[in-house]
Amino acid sequence: MLEEIGTTEKGEWVINLGPQHPSTHGVLHLLITLSGETIQKVEPHLGYIHRSIEKMCESLSYRQFIYVTSRMDYLSSHINNHGCALCVEKGLQVEVPPRAQVIRVLMDELTRLASHQLWWGALGMDIGALTPFFHAFRERETINEIMEETCGARLTMNYMVPGGVMADIHPNFQHRVKQFIAFFRTKIDEYDELLSDNFIFLRRMQGVGYLSREDAISYGCTGPTARGSDLSCDIRKLYPYEVYDRLSFVEVIETGGDCHARYRVRLQEMRQSLSILDQLIDNIPEGDFQAKTKAVLKLPKGEFYSRVETARGEFGVYIISEGGTTPYRIKFRSPGFSNLSALDHMSRGHKIGDLVAIMGTLDLVIPDIDR
Amino acid sequence: MHLTPEATLEESGEWLGLVLAPDQAKSCLSRLRHAPEIEMDYLFCLTGVDWKTHFSLVYHLSSTQHRQTMVVKVKLDREQPEMDTVSDIWRTAEFHEREAYDLFGIRFRSHPDLRRLFLTEDWIGWPLRKDYEDPVNMIKL
Repeated sequence: MLEEIGTTEKGEWVINLGPQHPSTHGVLHLLITLSGETIQKVEPHLGYIHRSIEKMCESLSYRQFIYVTSRMDYLSSHINNHGCALCVEKGLQVEVPPRAQVIRVLMDELTRLASHQLWWGALGMDIGALTPFFHAFRERETINEIMEETCGARLTMNYMVPGGVMADIHPNFQHRVKQFIAFFRTKIDEYDELLSDNFIFLRRMQGVGYLSREDAISYGCTGPTARGSDLSCDIRKLYPYEVYDRLSFVEVIETGGDCHARYRVRLQEMRQSLSILDQLIDNIPEGDFQAKTKAVLKLPKGEFYSRVETARGEFGVYIISEGGTTPYRIKFRSPGFSNLSALDHMSRGHKIGDLVAIMGTLDLVIPDIDR
Repeated sequence: MHLTPEATLEESGEWLGLVLAPDQAKSCLSRLRHAPEIEMDYLFCLTGVDWKTHFSLVYHLSSTQHRQTMVVKVKLDREQPEMDTVSDIWRTAEFHEREAYDLFGIRFRSHPDLRRLFLTEDWIGWPLRKDYEDPVNMIKL
């Protein structure tokens, strides 16, 4: 039931967290029912950044709608665009050239690294340790500059098109990425020294926000949130796309189910992303960077679903087409939407500080949830 | 399929599809969830579609045990779209059904908390319907 702010009949307090709050990572409004300091219920109120993207896409062409998805989960903008491009290519039955496939995977993994770096810095800041934030953003700058050189933008890089990528990589790209890989490998160990073994950090993360495997499945959790609860759900392994089936990397799964397990999953994923970048950066095949497609795309009548693994989990694009130049209905399955529904379940019985830690490890990006 | 005698099968898409009538949908979905040889325990997408003559709800289900995916479609009446909730089978449906209610006006019977999710409570109309008119917020191209 909708609670009014104030006191309930049982003497419980109902207070607001957000929508304007440095720890909610976006405009998330949480109504927290407290008994003393212990959380009884958390009720998210969404819609502060609802832009009706799905309705907008019904009047955009198949080339245009890809770029509104950059604005959804803006930390995984390449990966979102990739998912949309894959869906359109599935409908058109277009074969993506090998060079474009490798470039796409390189961009995806760089984006995943950048997103996890920001997550790590923001998590440290939420817990109260300000230093990791500056370290994370300093390293993230390198990735942003690499992206800017090739794609032209630092955050919402509209680079993927149905058929490949929009332009070839910059001549400096390989060299800069190789430099970055060597540099960042040492930095991850520094991250471990800074935060992972810190006594206060461990006390705040271990045992907090437990999510069992059955609950993770029932709530539809995906990404590192679910992999911290022993659920194998990495789309890159289960339903490989592009060149992921030829790469050797490990799907990181932890069995703890608490905040610390989810933290370890993402740290290990950063190492796996570095390994993928290493395998690909010297082996970019020559050839076209874009397959030949018509200027105006028309998908045949039918429905198409494609899924990719963003930094937060499974991003699904479901297009229902009636044969025209614009989609009839598009649904974006966003990972944060399902992960957020488990927040209430995970945080009952904890304190508000624990709620902030849980939200930090869920890695929510609110525009992704609200669309 | 002996488990779903009332469903019509559809094999045009990438995965096996079942088309169900709304009054039998809940029991069929429940059987799909609990039958040990199918065990569709992961609902990863719940979509509402407005087909102008009727609505349809599309459930994308997958099984974490058997690694299979399937699609279930339920046809709903246009004037009074109603469906039983599946949030007691899959907890993720709580939010998804609130979104379908918010954007299409599909009512879910026995939903624990059916109210608008994205839009404010006093919003009038169901925006994702094809006949939705909003002279203030919508620009016709």
